Amino acid sequence: MSAQKKKNEFIYFSSRNPKLLAGVSIILLFLILGLIGPSLTDHDPFAYANPLGAQPPSSGYWFGTTFFGQDVFSQLVNGLRATFLVGAIGGGLGTLLGMLIGFTAGYRGGVVDEILNALTNIVLVIPTLAVLLIIAAYLEVRSIFTECLFIGLTAWPWAARAIRAQTFSLRTRDFVDLARMSGMRPLKIIFTEIAPNMMSYLLLVFILQFGGAILTAATLDFIGLGPTNAISLGMMMQYSVMWGALQLGTWWWFIPPGLAITIIVGALYSMNVGLDEVFNPKLREM
Amino acid sequence: MKRYFGRKILIYLLTFFLAVTIDWMIPRFMPGDPVRNMLTRVSVNTNASAIQMMYDYYSHLFGLDMPLWQQYLSFWKSLFMGELGISVYLFPTPVKDVLLRAIPYDAFLLVPSILLSWYAGNKFGAFAARSKWLDNTISPLSYILTATPYMWLGILLAWFFGIVLGIFPIAGAYSFTMRPNLSWNFIGSVFHHWFLPFASLFLVGFGGWAIGMRNMIIYELEADYSHFLGALGAPKKLVRKYAFSNAVLPQITGLALQLGVIVAGALVTEVVFSYPGIGYLLLAAIQNQDYFLIQGCFLFIIIGVLLANFIIDIAYILVDPRTRRGMTGETA
Repeated sequence: MSAQKKKNEFIYFSSRNPKLLAGVSIILLFLILGLIGPSLTDHDPFAYANPLGAQPPSSGYWFGTTFFGQDVFSQLVNGLRATFLVGAIGGGLGTLLGMLIGFTAGYRGGVVDEILNALTNIVLVIPTLAVLLIIAAYLEVRSIFTECLFIGLTAWPWAARAIRAQTFSLRTRDFVDLARMSGMRPLKIIFTEIAPNMMSYLLLVFILQFGGAILTAATLDFIGLGPTNAISLGMMMQYSVMWGALQLGTWWWFIPPGLAITIIVGALYSMNVGLDEVFNPKLREM
Repeated sequence: MKRYFGRKILIYLLTFFLAVTIDWMIPRFMPGDPVRNMLTRVSVNTNASAIQMMYDYYSHLFGLDMPLWQQYLSFWKSLFMGELGISVYLFPTPVKDVLLRAIPYDAFLLVPSILLSWYAGNKFGAFAARSKWLDNTISPLSYILTATPYMWLGILLAWFFGIVLGIFPIAGAYSFTMRPNLSWNFIGSVFHHWFLPFASLFLVGFGGWAIGMRNMIIYELEADYSHFLGALGAPKKLVRKYAFSNAVLPQITGLALQLGVIVAGALVTEVVFSYPGIGYLLLAAIQNQDYFLIQGCFLFIIIGVLLANFIIDIAYILVDPRTRRGMTGETA
């Protein structure tokens, strides 16, 4: 099958998969909201804009205001930026590290594999959040980028494990042997022979890493170890619980951030299932 | 089986070693001065000599006045003696005692929610697979549940059942007007306070397990042995039974892999419900920059997760006969 035909087939099945389309549209919608949202409001996310304190949604403050009179809409759209940053950078870094370790272990085999596999298993058992929180607790100044960095550095093990298994099954195939016999260097074999054959798989790994990084960041932010110089959805939830939004019944404060995370991560899962059906003919509902 | 266990135990020992090393390293190699940091928070006394005295005391406690290798060895030594330092936030209670007091609450919350959500999720997932309308209702619902951040579901449940309907309490492990005792009244209060945090952990977990089992069992039902069994005229129920016992194995491994996430979920759920477990302590420790307590929480979480992993390994051997007979069931 020619590459051109394969590409067309991918587009054909993608554009007819409701799960994939729904997932992608929701993600794009939130991405646009995060990009242009902050310019739609005059209120700084931390500014005490409303002198009346906590007020329900109104024409002046679309999503209402917090206990301190901060604009919830402004916090939400700025928090969305942080969420996408953490997903893209943290999830991307996790995927890259997973690829690096998975490809090396799977392709090299032998002692290298043993060592990398042991390392993967060790990091896999350590509860990521415990490590993240002890690092974050000792950092006085935390930015979104350090958060991304540390999430990426701890999120790779399952990806490495999965990619290693895939590489293992591919490296004994004839076309890889052929490439090796023709004198191709290992790095080139990995990138031109092995990786393209698991591109779909790598994409799925990235999507799951993206969602995982978002949830981990929300957890860290909620415990009070979020960025010290920005707003995030997890921090919104933390503030709302700390300042008694539950008892005061100011639902507009704590519903939007959690709902946004749930919808984004849900949309990512939906994309994942959809892509799986596109790539794997057995799963297609015809 | 010996080989399987040997490898596993080696991994756990290495993990513990690495975790303790991280625990030791981070306060010492992070930018900033944790002792100074802690004192600026704690000291109301502006007397310079008193601060210097406290500074020396804490530096000595951290062992910062010794060479590095000695600090490392003495860290291990005090760890084996069960000394984790003194909590600053709950001064002068030793960190160990603070944590031991919190552990029962964590166990009471985590064990039932993990086991029940795993069991129920697997049952429902297997039930939903290959049944059109169940699959169309349970699957999307499960995806939404598993995408929900733990604390948000906790917040929603607390708000709806605790504030709007007012039928469940949303703070503490038992009524503030009671003292712990062995009466039905008190036990009732404990369960009353336990229910909502349990429910939020249960629901998020349930979604994940249901999806996992649904996908697994579809895969197993497509396998040759299932088709063969079907072709022999075996009743559908029997085929499903065999498929289920095969599909449940990856779910056990999945449980081990998910433990870290579940524990993290429990930490934030406890924060939402002011439930006096480790998560709640951790929040207080972070807000008060109580580094000893943070480090203690870290160690206790690691030890708990390692123990749970070990128990799951034993369960895996009991369920999968291949690991017992020396064949490679699960890759260690």
